[in-house]
Amino acid sequence: MSQAVEVHELSKVFNPGSTKQVDALVEIDLAVSLGEFVSLIGPSGCGKSTLLRLIANLIEPSHGEVLVNDKPASKARLDQDYGMAFQQAGLFDWRSVVKNVELPLELKGWDRTRRRQRAMEMLQLVKLGDFAEHRPWQLSGGMQQRVAIARALATSPQLLLMDEPFGALDEMTREHMQAELLRICAETGTSVVFVTHSIPEAVYLSDRVVVMSPRPGRITHVVDVELGTRRDLDTREDAAFFKKITEVREALRGLDVDLVGDDLPASVEDR
Amino acid sequence: MNERSEFDKLVRAVWPPVVFGVAFLGLWELAVNVFDWKPYFLPKPSAIWGEFSDNVSGIWDAARVSGGNAVFGLVIGTLLGVAMAFLLMRFRLLNDMVTPLAVALNAVPIFVLVAVFNNMFAITSEVPRRLMVTLVVYFIVLVNVAKGLRQVTPTHLELLRSYAAAPSQVLVKARIPHAVPYLFTALKIAAPASVITAFVAEYFGGSQNGLGSRITANLTANTPAAWAYVIGACLLGLAFYLVSISMESITQQLRGGAPRGENT
Repeated sequence: MSQAVEVHELSKVFNPGSTKQVDALVEIDLAVSLGEFVSLIGPSGCGKSTLLRLIANLIEPSHGEVLVNDKPASKARLDQDYGMAFQQAGLFDWRSVVKNVELPLELKGWDRTRRRQRAMEMLQLVKLGDFAEHRPWQLSGGMQQRVAIARALATSPQLLLMDEPFGALDEMTREHMQAELLRICAETGTSVVFVTHSIPEAVYLSDRVVVMSPRPGRITHVVDVELGTRRDLDTREDAAFFKKITEVREALRGLDVDLVGDDLPASVEDR
Repeated sequence: MNERSEFDKLVRAVWPPVVFGVAFLGLWELAVNVFDWKPYFLPKPSAIWGEFSDNVSGIWDAARVSGGNAVFGLVIGTLLGVAMAFLLMRFRLLNDMVTPLAVALNAVPIFVLVAVFNNMFAITSEVPRRLMVTLVVYFIVLVNVAKGLRQVTPTHLELLRSYAAAPSQVLVKARIPHAVPYLFTALKIAAPASVITAFVAEYFGGSQNGLGSRITANLTANTPAAWAYVIGACLLGLAFYLVSISMESITQQLRGGAPRGENT
């Protein structure tokens, strides 16, 4: 297997042919290697969430192709080759924490004892083993997001797709979660595609930061972060860290930033 | 010590309404005596109580008729409403045709249709009344449960799609559990509505066997007796209300005690 994700000449048009036609993405090429952490950053409407949803096969491309683990994205989705986390933890209120983590295994048809064992391992990994029988609403926002990550990792996917998973958390929780995510990825060897609004977050987490621009959505810069694999609190105070932040900021600066911030209709139709 | 303070709390919560209630009844009794109001205008509380205690079995029988109609409509209406909600979710065209109508009908007092039903079916049977209660409950349940099945969080739907879940799995894992609190919300609205509809339906004629019809039947000849049936109606309404609020605590348990309920 060569790459975790390969995207070739990918385009997405919403409402084609109508007056509300939006060129969400145009001619995107991107490759994510095994074990690599890639962030997508850009102003609202640049199509970064759309790109993530195309990789996840939650929506279909208008043109071009997406390969995940060398398979078409639709096949990879059916095989559950990736795990997903969103800005909302999206836990099911009527299930206990451990039952939430078990859900993807349940749908895969694992038996009860095996999936309970696996879910408990995942909860240990995110350090919430003591909260298995709690209800989601009894946990803080950061803890809920850790449960969501445990759930995304439950099927041992080699790829994590994350859409601003820490966007709703306070700054301190957020930094803690970033460190936890890096630790988990190092332990499990997972590749990550990570959508974010935050420049320091993108730089701290990533091997590469992909900068995107809106109307039409396209990739304008790719910044290699080169901060090494071991990152900790000192990294955040490192001169090299600030240098990379500046580089990403410069790359974003030239863009036509949409202050209205109308996000694209990226989510699946709910009916 | 702790028990003692719990008891104190209870006493403190109970005495103000009790004192107020007793004082109110006393004033009422006094006013009727002082102003010499005639019984057909306003009977004395003591006279009403006399009629009530003399006729407990008659009131109980009437309450069983009205309450039976309400329960019948509540059960059948709920079953039909839930079944229809599933059909609406399954067939989008049907949903687009029926939902706006159901929402509109839910907002108007459709219980006046009982006059039409009286005309359609044997007026001396309980059919028109039961049909009316069923219809009222049906629309409340339909609108709420359909909403619960449909309005699943988009994040949950995306997650289940990412797990390659089949439509039947989406139904079982997300839509049905999401709709359960909506069903209980609907029952909380429908339970009092069913008993009110059962009473009011009796005002449109038919057999003189329920609480509503006993009130109108006694109003001119024996006003205190009519008031005694009003007490019966209040007690029956209260019973339905208690059932409906206990539904809420069942909902809470089903949601794992989650504090935020879904309101419609």
